[in-house]
Amino acid sequence: MFDFLTSGQYDVLGAFWVTVQLTLYSAVGSLIWGLMLAGMRVSPVPLMRTFGTTYVNVVRNTPLTLLVLGCSLGLDQTLGITLAGGDSKEIGFRLAILGLIAYTGTFVCEALRSGINTVPVGQAEAARALGLSFFQVLTLIVLPQAFRAVVGPLTNVLIALTKNTTVAATIGVAEAALLMKEMLENEADALFAVFGVFALGFVLLTLPTGLLLGWVAKRVAVKR
Amino acid sequence: MSGVSVTKDVQDAAGAADDLVVLSNVNKHFGALHVLQDIDLSIARGEVVVVIGPSGSGKSTLCRTINRLETIDSGTITLDGSPLPAEGKALARLRADVGMVFQSFNLFAHKTVLENVMLGQLKVRKTDQKAAREKAVALLDRVGVGSQADKYPAQLSGGQQQRVAIARALAMDPKVMLFDEPTSALDPEMINEVLEVMQQLAREGMTMVVVTHEMGFARSAANRVVFMADGKIVEEATPEQFFSNPRSDRAKDFLSKILHH
Ligand SMILES: Nc1ncnc2c1ncn2[C@@H]1O[C@H](COP(=O)(O)OP(=O)(O)OP(=O)(O)O)[C@@H](O)[C@H]1O
Ligand SMILES: [Mg+2]
Repeated sequence: MFDFLTSGQYDVLGAFWVTVQLTLYSAVGSLIWGLMLAGMRVSPVPLMRTFGTTYVNVVRNTPLTLLVLGCSLGLDQTLGITLAGGDSKEIGFRLAILGLIAYTGTFVCEALRSGINTVPVGQAEAARALGLSFFQVLTLIVLPQAFRAVVGPLTNVLIALTKNTTVAATIGVAEAALLMKEMLENEADALFAVFGVFALGFVLLTLPTGLLLGWVAKRVAVKR
Repeated sequence: MSGVSVTKDVQDAAGAADDLVVLSNVNKHFGALHVLQDIDLSIARGEVVVVIGPSGSGKSTLCRTINRLETIDSGTITLDGSPLPAEGKALARLRADVGMVFQSFNLFAHKTVLENVMLGQLKVRKTDQKAAREKAVALLDRVGVGSQADKYPAQLSGGQQQRVAIARALAMDPKVMLFDEPTSALDPEMINEVLEVMQQLAREGMTMVVVTHEMGFARSAANRVVFMADGKIVEEATPEQFFSNPRSDRAKDFLSKILHH
């Protein structure tokens, strides 16, 4: 029943490796982009606040498939923006990451912002009163305290991201979901086995994320 | 600590040349509410001014405009001769020169007591680690919480936290210290330990603006009492004059309420 795993016809591990890479690059990118968006949303500069708010509300409410397709069709095929060229496989991989970052960054931003709102305003006021700049207040005082309230929600965002990488299949990135689709067509008699293998694969990817961050959350729980 | 009295002279005209903080014709609104109305107030170098008045009269707001935690709608505020900068680096520099102590302490919850007192020195004054630590330790000893240096704020009593907050402000070598009801959130038995630190500061010549209802402190440490009501400065006098012989009806009414219980 699990012959498809040993037949050598399918590179299941290779496909999951692509998924892992998509997840890792997108996670790092989303954390940075989400942090920047959150910074804009709480900044004292009205223009930045407006940009942050508009971006988050538009992108968060756009289906991810649309964004990833948009990156592929709009950037690559129409405008010829390929982010450093390469063959179509590499271009698709990079553009999928771009789409995932653009999308997931909004969720990171909102998780951070709700965390920032848990930090009493007196903390920022005391920091400003000492003469710290906006950037210092944010990075030295507010965010370190916000992160503690944010580990839980961020875990959910990262788990959702891991699963959302399957959307890259729509632009032909050879990650797990694309291989699964191919295998489901060829191995019709082993449908449940194929499903089972891929479901297990995703659980194995997301479970450690949840456990690790759950542990982190306990370590940094805020003392007030 | 008690028993040492402080000279209580209302600044004479000659002192005007040495005014450190000058508010002139300051107005501020919160929406329709006119919280500060034509405020004129000069604070001389080394002077201790106690601001007193009913709840909602604008005392906190007045205090917070001096380091621009609140902006003003019109009028001018100068510190040491120069007007308060509107924003950016210049504003941060000004704030570093104005110490602020809050009713709710606002110690940085994720940093130890020592780190709280070192942070401004390291990040704003760019003092080196060793000097910052030495100064922080000395200040913590001075306010009597040296033994708590490695604890987190939440592990300290309110009185200890407020003394750390004073040390944190002093670490910046401020030109003036603002206190907004520094003892109002404290249990009665802890009020004195904080007031004593403030008395000592006053004796050492620190310029201070103190919003408080502690009459004992006002009498023994203040050079001047400023009475506010409804966003206006209604009366200014020496503590003796003010407490024994208030001129305005508002002040008489207010004093009768706080002194008779
Ligand atoms: N951020 C704000 N937005 C709107 N109204 C405010 C704000 N801060 C203060 N006020 C209002 O302005 C008025 C003056 O407030 P302020 O805090 O300066 O009074 P206070 O004299 O310090 O009173 P208390 O003794 O209660 O501390 C009050 O009516 C208050 O409700
Ligand atoms: Mg107040």
